[in-house]
Amino acid sequence: MIVPFGHVLILAGLLFLMGMVCMVVRRSLIMILLGVEIMLNAAAIILVGSSLLFQQLEGQSIVLFVFAIAGAEVSVGLALIVWAHRQTGSVDPRDYNLLK
Amino acid sequence: MTIYAIIFYLLALLILGSTAMAITRRNLIHAVIYLIFSFFGSAMLFYLLGAPFLAVLEVIIYAGAIMVLFLFIVIMMKLKTGPERLFPFTQWLPAAICGVIYIAIGFGVVISEPGSRITLKTAIADPGVFGQYIFEKHWLSIEIVSLLLLVALIGALLLGRRSKKAPAAKASEGEL
Repeated sequence: MIVPFGHVLILAGLLFLMGMVCMVVRRSLIMILLGVEIMLNAAAIILVGSSLLFQQLEGQSIVLFVFAIAGAEVSVGLALIVWAHRQTGSVDPRDYNLLK
Repeated sequence: MTIYAIIFYLLALLILGSTAMAITRRNLIHAVIYLIFSFFGSAMLFYLLGAPFLAVLEVIIYAGAIMVLFLFIVIMMKLKTGPERLFPFTQWLPAAICGVIYIAIGFGVVISEPGSRITLKTAIADPGVFGQYIFEKHWLSIEIVSLLLLVALIGALLLGRRSKKAPAAKASEGEL
């Protein structure tokens, strides 16, 4: 007996909301990418919790793919940030106005 | 309240606290290190919820690889951790309103849904059984994901390559 499933949902929901706040409010590309990571982690927590609730392995196998996709996303995202930093010398989204 | 429930609430406090610290830090290195603590908490939560293999993967991939990659990038780019201004309040006011509505609806759904009152029973997914399940049922997805990782690797290499010719416009043409 651990806790009601609703508490896992609320924990993951709050975590997801924190990731969203980090993505929307912060003004640095690196913090925006960190927000995405936090949201993916919240989704993984819900999947593992529901995998335990239904006594199925499906949820856990989806989490495995979420990890792989997080790895791919973060490597390409950080490479893009490094590239943009090389071009403009800043990681502030305000400074990317080459087309202006 | 069983010992498992106490562990769950302690872990939840740890995760939420360290994530809240992470997203409010000005210094990026501090933020990343707080987030490593948060991911360690998530790994222990996975273990509590019966996924020991995923707990190990969380430590290795998230806390070990992804966060260290972030640390390397932050250190390598020598970012000025000066006074980073947040977006003006009026710009993210719609997002805040949406967030509040989301919280209200989410709590309502969770409280009213009878399925969310079912207490979770402890169980454990043996890593061997899990691995066999993955490769029996999801072998095609494994191959697709491995291809995706290969593409991501090549893309990161292409983007990270330093061009011989310095001019910015030319480099962007050649690499994009």
